[in-house]
Amino acid sequence: MAFAAFATAEVQPQAPRKKSRIALFLLLPGILYLVLFFLTPLVSLVLTSLQAPSEFGDIGQYDYAFNWQNYVDVVEAYWPHILRSFGYALAATVLALAFSYPLAYFIGVKARRWPLLQSLMLVLVIAPFFISFLLRTLAWKQILSDESFIITSLKALSLMAPDAHFTGTPFAVIFGLTYNFIPFMTLPLYTTLERLDLRYLEAGSDLYANPFTVFRKVTIPLSMPGIVAGTLLTFIPAAGDYVNASRDFLGGPDTQMMGNVIEANFLVLLNYPAAAALSIILMSAILVLVGVYVKRSGTEDLL
Amino acid sequence: MTVSIREFAERGADLELVGIQKRFPGFTAIEELDLTIPAGSFFALLGPSGCGKTTTLRLVAGLEEPTQGRILIGGTDVTSTKAHQRPVNTVFQSYALFPHMSILENVGFGLKRRRIADAEARAHEALRLVELDHLAQRRPAQLSGGQQQRVALARAIVNRPALLLLDEPLGALDLKLRRQMQLELKSIQEEVGLTFLHVTHDQEEAMTMADTVAVMNKGAIEQMGAPEELYELPRTAFVANFLGQSNLFTGTVVGTTDTAITVDVQGTPVIVPTARAARHQGEVTIGVRPEKVALHREAPAASSERNLIGPGRVIDVSFSGVSTQYLVAVPGLGTLTVFAQNIGFGPVAAEGAEAWISWEVEHGFGLEDEPGETTRFPADTDTRSIAAQRRDALVAELEEH
Repeated sequence: MAFAAFATAEVQPQAPRKKSRIALFLLLPGILYLVLFFLTPLVSLVLTSLQAPSEFGDIGQYDYAFNWQNYVDVVEAYWPHILRSFGYALAATVLALAFSYPLAYFIGVKARRWPLLQSLMLVLVIAPFFISFLLRTLAWKQILSDESFIITSLKALSLMAPDAHFTGTPFAVIFGLTYNFIPFMTLPLYTTLERLDLRYLEAGSDLYANPFTVFRKVTIPLSMPGIVAGTLLTFIPAAGDYVNASRDFLGGPDTQMMGNVIEANFLVLLNYPAAAALSIILMSAILVLVGVYVKRSGTEDLL
Repeated sequence: MTVSIREFAERGADLELVGIQKRFPGFTAIEELDLTIPAGSFFALLGPSGCGKTTTLRLVAGLEEPTQGRILIGGTDVTSTKAHQRPVNTVFQSYALFPHMSILENVGFGLKRRRIADAEARAHEALRLVELDHLAQRRPAQLSGGQQQRVALARAIVNRPALLLLDEPLGALDLKLRRQMQLELKSIQEEVGLTFLHVTHDQEEAMTMADTVAVMNKGAIEQMGAPEELYELPRTAFVANFLGQSNLFTGTVVGTTDTAITVDVQGTPVIVPTARAARHQGEVTIGVRPEKVALHREAPAASSERNLIGPGRVIDVSFSGVSTQYLVAVPGLGTLTVFAQNIGFGPVAAEGAEAWISWEVEHGFGLEDEPGETTRFPADTDTRSIAAQRRDALVAELEEH
């Protein structure tokens, strides 16, 4: 469903029936893989989320049950984290879109006449992937730490209060999320903008639309597939991210997201049912949000 | 008359191009162009691809800026005005209908931008004019090429622009639809009284539709006038061959009277009326249209009213129903083309037959060109060399069978 937004070509009519057996045969490895590595863990996750503690067991020992109370408990205990996750992810997505659109527009439209510049800029967008994102996030922690040049200069210029911090604040987490997911926003935007037919823009200005109206009424709607793909590729992983918000990286005690509490429940508190219930809540919330978003943005019938 | 985009044009506006030059990095699209199109006329800019006609249209629409010169619409200088501020609409060659909007939204787009009251009703009205109102809610991709073309036309004329620009809008249509659209365009023009600037490489389209045709070549206008005038009295070899076909000869003027000049073409005297010849002495190029030429199986009696060439040999006969085209090779003069109406049954001369050709003196014309230029064409875009290549290809193909 959500992936319909990524489809660029029109859906072709079904292939002749005769070949269906071959198609099935070719699909078999994929189906087996999905059953083994997607469906089984998913079922296991649902079952775990409903487990109850063993009556005489140790900490971390659970029995299969139908303890739906787990869901109520985790929502009661962690609703701020749930809201924070989606809030931060939304903020990071909006910021990434605001940074990436002009960038992608420049690479995909303005730089068309200079293919070399175009490829160079694309390489620069992808280049951060050559280094592990953990290292890059740690580097940012250094750059933005209290003793760093940037923060001390800001404090010297009285642009920051002397006792203020940057790391450990929601701004730092949103900054980290935005930074880490910008390529996922830029690349899909670039692919749609690169194919944008400039004759439509000319037709718009010929029909009395000023440059801003042309952008709003023609460019944005025509680049909608890229916007939808980019925002999904940013929002979904950002909502589940637990690195940027972690205390070891850019976050602090007050910036914990769902990923962090899932991690803590699973690895520290050994509360597997709570971790599983949180995971299922995160997954379903994303599925619902994405479904509504794709439906609302009406990208199904674009191209 | 000043033209505002906030209100409909009462009538078409004059278009004036003064000393326009357009250079792109690496080449010059338009050398020097001066052009005045009076309000309410249907003006066709005709030329082969790459002659600068589309650039001219884009300059008028405001999609390109001239390197030099001024553009005036209805007496107002719009040279530095942006495209969206010009009272001009374009029917693009590719139609450029917005794929994400319905047909109705497409047609109403310009009206909405100008905040004109009841845009939707007017859009429906324009769609009714092109007989597509029943498809108003469809998307452009769901329409056929011909229907899209009519939508593009409706989208432009609904704005009642002072000047309507047509960029080969009929190029993608089949012959029957083309005829239909040509008629429709003509009747819209008569009904609404707009000024039309039509850019095309199709000489037939230009001649049937336009009041005035300008033939453009290599960034400059070669000749301009009413279609009949251009056809009957071409001034340059390019026009003579781009607008229909011509038989051209070069020779020296050997005699002059009050009304006619005599040109010696490889020993054969050919008479051209003085009024129809641009040059009256020295080396000249003269010509005659193939349909004005008669083919004779036997040498006709010499007459002062007719020019006579021959004998030659018929090297090709191609029958096309209404007429037959003969190619006659005359020693020293090259190959001449004759179009003969099929008044009797079938061709009158077979291939290899000996033939003479003649035409009335008053049908000949004399060109302005230096004769040196006319005998051989350097560019491969030139129509005559293309025609010659096609003919050679056809001959080769026929010989294979």
